[in-house]
Amino acid sequence: MQIYLPIAEMPVSVLLILGMGAAVGFISGLFGIGGGFLMTPLLIFLGIPPAVAVATQSAQIVASSTTSVLNALRRNALDLKLGGVLVAGGFVGSALGVWFFAAARRAGQLDLVIVVSYVTLFMVVGSLMLKESVREFWTKRRGGVVRVKRQAGEHAPYLFWPMRMRFYRSKLYASVIPILGFALFVGFVGALLGIGGGFIMVPALLYIFRVPTSIVVGTSQFQIVCTTLVSLVLHAVANQAVDIVLAMLLIAGGVFGAQFGARAGRNLRAELFRFLLALLLLAVGIRFSLELVLTPNEIFSITTQEMRT
Amino acid sequence: MRLAGSLLLLVLSFGSASAETLVTSLSSHRVLINSNYTGTSIALFGAIERDAQTISRGTGYDAVVTVRGPPQYLVVREKERFGPLWLNREQQKFPNAPAYLSVLSSQPISEITSDQLRQRQKIGLRAIINSPDFTNDRKGADEPFREALLRLKKQEGLYVEDDRAVAFLTPTIFKANIPLAPTAPPGNYDVEVTLLADTVILARTLTHFELVKTGFEQQVGEAAHDWSWLYGFSTASLALLFGWIANVIFRRD
Repeated sequence: MQIYLPIAEMPVSVLLILGMGAAVGFISGLFGIGGGFLMTPLLIFLGIPPAVAVATQSAQIVASSTTSVLNALRRNALDLKLGGVLVAGGFVGSALGVWFFAAARRAGQLDLVIVVSYVTLFMVVGSLMLKESVREFWTKRRGGVVRVKRQAGEHAPYLFWPMRMRFYRSKLYASVIPILGFALFVGFVGALLGIGGGFIMVPALLYIFRVPTSIVVGTSQFQIVCTTLVSLVLHAVANQAVDIVLAMLLIAGGVFGAQFGARAGRNLRAELFRFLLALLLLAVGIRFSLELVLTPNEIFSITTQEMRT
Repeated sequence: MRLAGSLLLLVLSFGSASAETLVTSLSSHRVLINSNYTGTSIALFGAIERDAQTISRGTGYDAVVTVRGPPQYLVVREKERFGPLWLNREQQKFPNAPAYLSVLSSQPISEITSDQLRQRQKIGLRAIINSPDFTNDRKGADEPFREALLRLKKQEGLYVEDDRAVAFLTPTIFKANIPLAPTAPPGNYDVEVTLLADTVILARTLTHFELVKTGFEQQVGEAAHDWSWLYGFSTASLALLFGWIANVIFRRD
């Protein structure tokens, strides 16, 4: 069954889009990430104009993340205070990211900046997580003592910087400065690459700030909802690239997927959770670097520029 | 120089063509896009009228139908090896390329026209793509980019050449089916019909049709454009609403 997308100006298969929404929604709910880095390439692969793909999938991220946030709220697995700090830093970062985006485009190097950032980010974050989780597996298998988390004096020095704040839900008492700085970085990269940034947020909260896994997903989703809402409206106003029909289809598939993903995530052991997320990130990183390294089938590509009317 | 050339040709063709007149008609001048639109085809009918003075022709008539979609600003980029990486290096701009282009004829273009005529009158896909005003000339460096544009657009079904698409029902009445790919964008389409006999142009007509969104699709397009803030906020609230509904539906514990 085909339906015509009024903004993308092309027909798509309804079942295919619903399925894609469900699959990405599942992963999104499972790992507490937005899933934009998976959905955007998929939509572009279907032939949807990149601007429409980036803008529209943010609507799906809003919907599936809202479900996750409400779930987390109910289970009391969300640190609103930490989330608020992350959102504040994220907005500043987004603004800087949009500015840098325009600067890179003026310099004519935007494509390269984007692909290289994708590869670096995914490979670095993915391999760090993989290393960590493999080590955890080994320690367990050998019957060794699994490192006890949060021993006194174990905290990294940057958590003792001035302006310390207490985050009860996250069992965190730390300086706001590194948290804000980190949120700023995530916002910057998110705006530059058109992603929510959940995949950086989740491991960072886990490893850098040692927030409990159960809290991480809810809090990260909260940050994603807030920043993505802003970027969705901005995309609609600045580029008129949000396709409401495509958005509704993706959402319909996505909310179901996210629900089952969140349920599956609750039954997943923490190490396995980290291991799987690491594998997913590495796979995406490798896919993008192959695109950069392998001899392409077609060395030419066409892009449509906006007509200035 | 080129203008003079085409003027001369025009005079020549009228001179030799005594009195054939071409009458064409499209099955529709307004093609509507609704929610289950998946491409369409438009029928074109043509009749060749002869009067008493028209000389009889040994060979039959041939017709070429050229359809041009709305113009787009296209950039074709070429990847090159740079160390271990493949990067976009060179690019060629096509500021006025039609989003859709099809050339339909009753016989292969090369058999019914001369090389000179094809180039001068831009008959056939290749002649249009290779014409000097299609993109800036870079002394041969532009050639691979023109080729790439043609190849990629053909793969998408947006540039079409079909030498069997025009069928003569009687020696003086013909019919053509203009195929419109689902991805052909809304806008104004120009349909140019050229009547030839013995590699000479006898007559030309130019007509148009419009591909437009209707009903819901049109309203969404207008809302996104004219009421962008409202549109953005309503999409955002719909997304929030759906997220909340899903949460309520699936609440079990």
